[in-house]
Amino acid sequence: MKLKIMLATAALAMTASAGLGETVKVGMITTLSGGGASLGTAIRDGFMLAIKQANNPNIEVIIEDDQRKPDIAVQLADRMIQSDKVDILTGIVWSNLALAVVPSVTAQGKFYLSPNAGPSALAGKNCHENYFNVAWQNDNLHEAAGGYANTAGYKNSFILAPNYPAGHDALAGYKRMHSGDIAGELLTKLGQTDYAAELAQIRASGADSVYFFLPGGMGISFVKQYADSGITIPMVGPGFSFDQDMLAAVGDAALGVRNTSQWNKDLDNRANAAFVTAYVDEYGRLPSLFASQGYDTANLLLSAMAEANISDRDAFRDALRAANFDSVRGDFEFAANHHPIQDIYVREVVLEDGVYTNKILSLAIENHADIHAANCSM
Amino acid sequence: MSLVLFIEQVLNGFQFGIMLFLTAAGLTLVFGVMGLINLAHGSLFMIGAFAAASIAGWTGSFVLAIMASLAAAAAAGALVEVAVIRKLYDRDHLDQVLATFALILILSEGTRWIFGSFPLYLNIPSYLSGPISLPGGIQYPLYRLTIIIAGLFIALCLRQLILKTRIGMQIRAGESDREMIAVLGVNISWLYTLLFALGAALAGVAGGLVGALQSVQVGMGEPILILAFVVIVIGGIGSVKGALVASILVGLTDRLGSILMPEAFKLFLPPADATLMGSALSSMLIYILMAAVLVWKPTGLYGVRV
Repeated sequence: MKLKIMLATAALAMTASAGLGETVKVGMITTLSGGGASLGTAIRDGFMLAIKQANNPNIEVIIEDDQRKPDIAVQLADRMIQSDKVDILTGIVWSNLALAVVPSVTAQGKFYLSPNAGPSALAGKNCHENYFNVAWQNDNLHEAAGGYANTAGYKNSFILAPNYPAGHDALAGYKRMHSGDIAGELLTKLGQTDYAAELAQIRASGADSVYFFLPGGMGISFVKQYADSGITIPMVGPGFSFDQDMLAAVGDAALGVRNTSQWNKDLDNRANAAFVTAYVDEYGRLPSLFASQGYDTANLLLSAMAEANISDRDAFRDALRAANFDSVRGDFEFAANHHPIQDIYVREVVLEDGVYTNKILSLAIENHADIHAANCSM
Repeated sequence: MSLVLFIEQVLNGFQFGIMLFLTAAGLTLVFGVMGLINLAHGSLFMIGAFAAASIAGWTGSFVLAIMASLAAAAAAGALVEVAVIRKLYDRDHLDQVLATFALILILSEGTRWIFGSFPLYLNIPSYLSGPISLPGGIQYPLYRLTIIIAGLFIALCLRQLILKTRIGMQIRAGESDREMIAVLGVNISWLYTLLFALGAALAGVAGGLVGALQSVQVGMGEPILILAFVVIVIGGIGSVKGALVASILVGLTDRLGSILMPEAFKLFLPPADATLMGSALSSMLIYILMAAVLVWKPTGLYGVRV
């Protein structure tokens, strides 16, 4: 299952943007098999597209599959650091894996660029100068959804998420911004595929809306079963559950659902338009939220490589912190805890030329930073 | 908690149990008759779901899709038995576990190679979708009710097959004394292939039926495999009746536990903590049930062998 991609062959085709001459080794640990494979695949594809476009001979990427298992992720990280001698790690999808891997990576003086997982435990007191999150802090999209629920007039929400760190962050984020009551709150098993018991409780709860965070296959199962249950109250979710790669498997059941995201393919900026076209050309499918995060992560890395040598850790860190790259989500900057300050939008699932996709409805929160930054003493 | 919610959860428990039974029945027969631990049983479940999703995509017919899931899983089962499993009957359990674990990897990656990493679309047909009203004001999804009825029907067919037919007689004979029925002139290798394909077909049908409710993706069989093993251990290895009783028991424990445990903790804990504790404990409940049954009856509810 080892996939080793060497990109050092393109030396002759060096472009002007290649910058400084030291080779940077990147270790990508992501989920490429099992129930979460579609997320990791999208992150990898987005990341590799940016690497390919940059055509920089000084970057080498090693990709490994963590199978969504924390122990395997830890082993891979150790091996990449000790025998492959990587300088930078990236790729982890799931917060429980990130919590197992990131602290030891940063403690060994390596950089970790998160293209997805942003657990609150790494954003506050335990923030680290070598840890950068290019996606969001976990709470963010859920906070935006809580805010949206207020605007939509939902006063009594039933909320559920898987029982793992990102699930806890999700419910906390939604409750932080939602001013209405909570009709019920459930923590489900990670990887659960049957939600009959939860749906029965939603039906009995008398709630006026449902908020759920169930990434990957869990969300597909939930939305299909929700549509079949006869429950008619509206559902709201973060963008993950209504992501481009999921929608085809969900079909009509997702139509019209409002969800929150920091990115969508119709965001009006030049970098995004170029990204969407290039992604479709390369992979023959529309990019997802996760792909956009992988793409931004690679571009952040490339921007730092153009400014500083990896051997000069402090200069390289400063270059990363400057975030001097064209993000596909428009404006992008890091807060003090190295998590993004960004706009978050409300999207709606629509059918466009026979393809299920999202379109942006409105801005949910502008220039949003997470609240954990205040506890970070960096 | 209202009575309606309770009854709905009981129905959910039954439906979950029936699905588990379809997966566990094949596993317990194969284990009981051939003495084989087949970890790749979950992959046959996955093959059923993928076959159903493909055929539903091409033809649009759900009935054809379910028939395809049965046929594809049975064919895959027969192929696997002839190519790999047949060589493992005389080996010890460790070799069987290793070989069938390798089969999981091969079948998963093979499926990914053909269908890709992204989940497939398979939905409930329109004539089975939506809820129906049951007496007492209960709204219950028609599809889940159909699964309960279809599963019970399959269980009945299986019972008739095992108790009333010649093949069933040979299966039962094989269960009690493998060497003896070979000596009596029964073509044991043919019987084994047939039995393995039958178990695979049941798992495949379960995969097809569940696929319409869930996400059809690589790796969907592994979680159900663990539960199927719990079921056959509780029910007693080799006993189809035990598998049925244990499946329903596990289904009810899981579904009722997931609502009763958090409620119980709410009596003496703040709601947020109660949810956390209750969720954690309810996911352990079926394993606690298994441990309790094994203390009470070490060979399982209907098991005879030690």
